[in-house]
Amino acid sequence: MGAQDAMDGFCRDCGTDVPQAAHRCPACRSPRLARHPELAALSIAHLDCDAFYAAVEKRDNPELKDKPVIIGGGTRGVVSTACYIARIHGVKSAMPMFKALALCPQAVVIRPDMAKYAKAGEQVREKMRELTPLVEPLSIDEAFMDLTGTQRLHGLTPARSLAALARRVEAEIGITVSIGLSHNKFLAKLASDLDKPRGFSVIGQAETLPFLATRNVGSIWGVGKAMQETLAQQGITKIAQLQKMEKNDLMRQFGSMGVRLYHLSRGQDLRNVEPERDAKSIGGETTFTTDIRDPAELEKILWLMAEKVSRHAKADGLAGSTVTLKLKTADFKSRTRAASLSAPTQLAWRLFQAASPLLKREADGTAFRLIGVSLSHLSQAHPEDEAQSLDPDYTRRAKAETAMDTLRAKFGRAAVEQGRVFTGKRAEDDED
Amino acid sequence: MRVTIERSAFLKSLNHVQSVVERRNTIPILSNVLVEATAGKLRLTATDLDIEVVEEVAADVSQEGSTTASAHIMYDIVRKLPDGAQLEIEQADENRLSIFAGRSRFALQSLPPQDFPDLAAGEMTHRFHLSAHELKMLIEKTRFAISTEETRYYLNGIYLHDVTTPEGPLLRAVATDGHRLAQVQLPRPEGAKGMPGIIVPRKTVLELMKLIEDADGDIEVALSSAKIRFTVGALTLTSKLIDGTFPDYERVIPRGNDRKMEVDTRLFAQAVDRVSTISNEKGRAVKLNISHDKVTLTVNNPDSGSAEEEVAASYASDPIDIGFNSRYLLDVTAQFKGATASFHFADAGSPTILRDGDDMSALYVLMPMRV
Repeated sequence: MGAQDAMDGFCRDCGTDVPQAAHRCPACRSPRLARHPELAALSIAHLDCDAFYAAVEKRDNPELKDKPVIIGGGTRGVVSTACYIARIHGVKSAMPMFKALALCPQAVVIRPDMAKYAKAGEQVREKMRELTPLVEPLSIDEAFMDLTGTQRLHGLTPARSLAALARRVEAEIGITVSIGLSHNKFLAKLASDLDKPRGFSVIGQAETLPFLATRNVGSIWGVGKAMQETLAQQGITKIAQLQKMEKNDLMRQFGSMGVRLYHLSRGQDLRNVEPERDAKSIGGETTFTTDIRDPAELEKILWLMAEKVSRHAKADGLAGSTVTLKLKTADFKSRTRAASLSAPTQLAWRLFQAASPLLKREADGTAFRLIGVSLSHLSQAHPEDEAQSLDPDYTRRAKAETAMDTLRAKFGRAAVEQGRVFTGKRAEDDED
Repeated sequence: MRVTIERSAFLKSLNHVQSVVERRNTIPILSNVLVEATAGKLRLTATDLDIEVVEEVAADVSQEGSTTASAHIMYDIVRKLPDGAQLEIEQADENRLSIFAGRSRFALQSLPPQDFPDLAAGEMTHRFHLSAHELKMLIEKTRFAISTEETRYYLNGIYLHDVTTPEGPLLRAVATDGHRLAQVQLPRPEGAKGMPGIIVPRKTVLELMKLIEDADGDIEVALSSAKIRFTVGALTLTSKLIDGTFPDYERVIPRGNDRKMEVDTRLFAQAVDRVSTISNEKGRAVKLNISHDKVTLTVNNPDSGSAEEEVAASYASDPIDIGFNSRYLLDVTAQFKGATASFHFADAGSPTILRDGDDMSALYVLMPMRV
């Protein structure tokens, strides 16, 4: 294999080198070819799973394969993922369910099974880490990868390694992915979206400026609806316009965002791919079906959230010394209040005890739509240390919680419940 | 009201009372100090509704009367006036208090004295006397262990109570935050017998320490199950008590810790301080590896490195490895006046007792940490 050939392109389905003029792979006859003058030089990638939740459901239930599938429902009833068949009918993410069903009445609606998706997401991430340790997850189903310098290790260019990764994910996990390859994160993410599903798109150095020039400003990372409106008021809708503006002018008008606009509009993005770090906090929150004013009712839900966070902390062997209460009022205003503890905890009642005075001060009859609690300043938990104190009352309660955990481990989560939340009904598993 | 008073005397008293006034108040009059002039003296009162501080100071009163004005502003004015200045304080009208000194004049807004809250003290059931030295000792040696966690309100103060022990009747002060406990006692003063066990709030304790810093005389303590009052000369501090039950701390003080280690207090504390440089907020644990003639202190912090130091020790039992929060070790040893600190261990997972040499009046308990 000559270096010149490697530059030309390869077949994404079998990896075979493809001569310059070919439209199909000479080996497997596949039309899915990767070809780009800079193919061998680019090493920053963005991988995005295609209609992830729906794809996992279709994998597990082949009957759904040719049907429109919508994942969603739950409390506020919105679409979280629509499969590509449902998308043909106009169903989109975040659309209210009633609207989605009006567009596509024959759709199969499935309530999300986060545990299942998390598992599949982690399997995909594992495969990515086989190629490079520099994997930066953005969410459950997408991540950046930096493959710089991996060619000697794998004996393949980053582009070929990525195509092989996509094949392995399809074969071994049973879902499809789209890959964007470029020279920085911003462009890699743009690229992965160009050719979905089962895509493989490349944006090289040479084409960066003209490619961006045609795009709308909304394509720029960090430019949301509000910023688009602000820019539109100045008559700026295309990235081409930003490319012609001076850095100082942009900075004067848009502050630090101006600097970002200047660089990103020119395809300059110096952010590194940062591998996954340890969790900084553990949180749990819930949005109510209808807004709640009653302090007692809020406190009850706070307890459930404290238990949830505690459950995660215990599962991860972590304890934290800062407890943060988060509330969102009916008119979408966020309130966060924090309390620090003298020692890290992972116990639900400690979390609750720290958060409930914070809640008492806020629950003055205001209607809230969301409550959450989180634990931060995390460190490795030492349950034995937590269970003993020079305050006998504390020790007693800590031991009571440990005993409840033991019962639950043996007989299930609903085996014991605190009187404050006991309803007599069998508790449904919440989504976590 | 018309009063003439020397600056330094007024400043001193004003300083004593203004300290209790909160910087931010939703009730305006709580920012004020109540000024009452009667024959030959000025009486200053400030409160935060939980604590009330009153001080009387001699003054030349030419017209009696009373009013209230901002404590912090008045204090700042008097503080900035030149030393030796004579102040004339005058109530110009219902809404104004004037202060004249040399060529300066100030007019402060005032609020009616009848609106000033009175911390109704009620009947005091027990009265006794302590020397300023004794009271300072009770507070100084225990206050660091007071819990700051709002939810454990019953630990947010010093528990003061009367106990009978084989050594005789004692007045004992205890504070704990669950991780460390400090206990200091002295022979029970006359009048304290049968007193209710009371929890004196943290803020009261801190205010009191400021007030008795330079005191060296006798202090009268009067208390009931709801309030406590300290009288130091012309100054009285009255405070509400924490309405809660202090835990049965005696149950957690180990009795059979027979592995005793003695170290030089300063050398040990300095070593703890040095090795803990490596630790961070997340993990302040220092490991003590104790063998016959030495204790080895180690800190391991995966984020920054490790540290080790040896300190000579006298120890005759089986070697033991035990971890403590370095800050707690420093807090306790900082209380020690003697040359030797003694540790009494049971095992690596049980509370350890610390004492200041042979001083049996104070006892400290530390919970170990896994290391």
